[in-house]
Amino acid sequence: MKALRNPSDFWSGLLFVVAGSLFLTLSRGLEFGTPTRMGPSFFPVVLSIILIAIGLLVVGRSLVLHGEPIEGAALKALALVTGSGVLFGLLVRDGGLILATSALVIVSAAASRRFHWLTALAMAAVLATFCAVVFVWGLGLSIPLVGAWFGE
Amino acid sequence: MDVLANLMLGFETAATPLNLAYCLAGVFLGTLIGVLPGLGPVATIAMLLPATFGLPPVTALIMLAGIYYGAQYGGSTTAILINVPGESSSLVTALDGYAMARQGRAGVALATAAIGSFIAGSIATFVIAFAAPPLADVALRFGPPEYFSLMVLGLVASVVLAHGSLLKALGMIVFGLLLGLVGTDANSAIRRFTFDIPELADGLGFVPVAMGMFGLGEIIKNLESEEGRQILSNRVQNLMPSRADWQRMIGPILRGTALGSVLGILPGGGAILSSFAAYSVEKRLSKTPSEFGKGAIEGVAGPESANNAGAQTSFIPMLTLGIPSNPVMALMIGALIIHGVQPGPAVMTQQPSLFWGLIASMWIGNFFLIILNLPLVGMWAKMLSIPYHLLYPGILVFCAIGVFSLNNAPFDVYVMVAFGVLGYGFGKLRCELAPMLLGFILGPMMEENLRRALTLSRGDPTVFLSRPVSALMLALALLALAAVLLPAFRKTRETAFQED
Repeated sequence: MKALRNPSDFWSGLLFVVAGSLFLTLSRGLEFGTPTRMGPSFFPVVLSIILIAIGLLVVGRSLVLHGEPIEGAALKALALVTGSGVLFGLLVRDGGLILATSALVIVSAAASRRFHWLTALAMAAVLATFCAVVFVWGLGLSIPLVGAWFGE
Repeated sequence: MDVLANLMLGFETAATPLNLAYCLAGVFLGTLIGVLPGLGPVATIAMLLPATFGLPPVTALIMLAGIYYGAQYGGSTTAILINVPGESSSLVTALDGYAMARQGRAGVALATAAIGSFIAGSIATFVIAFAAPPLADVALRFGPPEYFSLMVLGLVASVVLAHGSLLKALGMIVFGLLLGLVGTDANSAIRRFTFDIPELADGLGFVPVAMGMFGLGEIIKNLESEEGRQILSNRVQNLMPSRADWQRMIGPILRGTALGSVLGILPGGGAILSSFAAYSVEKRLSKTPSEFGKGAIEGVAGPESANNAGAQTSFIPMLTLGIPSNPVMALMIGALIIHGVQPGPAVMTQQPSLFWGLIASMWIGNFFLIILNLPLVGMWAKMLSIPYHLLYPGILVFCAIGVFSLNNAPFDVYVMVAFGVLGYGFGKLRCELAPMLLGFILGPMMEENLRRALTLSRGDPTVFLSRPVSALMLALALLALAAVLLPAFRKTRETAFQED
């Protein structure tokens, strides 16, 4: 990537082009209409074209003007934090709040450099209890504490 | 006086024990969560929004407004004590506030911020009371073309006044507008861009999107640089500013209030711009500009007053026009709609007690802020000494439960996660998230007004130019864009934002 003069502009421009093209493609099956009677794809098509144009300008500019490089991404933190969120979503209904919360805490805690098993387990226990008391008993949210998996 | 009678009505509404209690709870919770590093007002409000669902609309709005001030003040606390601004509007506070803290004057800096915010908030309350009714009158005469052009102006202003690349910010707006269109088209009832996912029929939820970008994304970013935070919590003592401090801060507070009140009303203005502007003004007016950045009390008093005044007057366009000028107001609109109130000029005439109750509660909220925060400064400082690795899993849990409880839908949690990744990625690419969020909330409104305007004019796009108010707003938008391209303006814009 050393050839890129302005990587952050280059990639954001490319992202705009890709996003614009995606919306443009998805608009194809919809009616465009006329200005007097705008169809469902009228506004999205206009916006997509503007977005693609902006994206191309940004990419073009990135090839001419120099810019700062992109700092390395914290991929481990990214993976663990997003993974823990998805896990919560998967577990919360059938596994229940306690299981989902504990899983979220333990997996996300592993993203820290100062991760320790014992503190993670302790945090999971504290937070799961706290959420059960505050959200389910206190605020009365209708989330099962223990899900269907453990029910029957 | 009409205004006074209205304010009386407002205070009667806001001063019921229930509303007072929720106002206090909002300010307390807002500060509590706002003090946690990396959680600005947007994430804080989004997180606590579900807690207000069971309340009557006035009470809910009063509590949310309290959360907003609390979170804003919490952000200033972290800026002063650990040099981590909770949000961009307290960026400049960190410069001199943290320097003061290092000199052992953290208590004075925190007190200055609280006093400045209170004075600014009190004055801004009256500004709103006087400015909102005439504006709502004007707004009632707005037709679809005026609304469309106003939104264009608001979006353009939000990027012109922000920092970073203008072109990329414009791209983010358009991207946000497109994301806002996901879901069922209001006019034809056809589903757009939903990939046949039933949960997307109502569009992407605003709370999951905001919480993902400003909550989750921020956590991932903070995990990059976990170490090396210096906490000055043990040095918080001696709160009261000295007589000399008072003399030095009163001018900046009043100037900051004036600046913030005006800039907050502008579409796209609000707290961030106000604090930056106030800082540059104080630095320019100071006899000893070299002190700035090294612990000048003016550098705390001015911006803190300005951002609070701006935060408050930014309610004006939201309440009178139904158009958000910043992401926080966008959340407020979302909250109003959830409570069955359609924001716009009609709110004031149809629900005067809601409108004036909210305004009165702003003053009450600011009052609570000062009586709550001066004694509790020590406690907030202690909270800051909790290591981040023990905090963020808890923040994640609250985000996840909050988002899930909106609709009892795991799908919303996935949306939050996806936008967390997107927000983190855009941060890496130096793309601003706030314009995207504004575009996201305005997308459907813009489409609707464009459609109505063009139907009324029988497809003639010159309707936006032949109606004078609409033409004026488009001209202003164009002017703002052109100004950024002028070398002189560009230079001041860069220096204004380079002071962080």
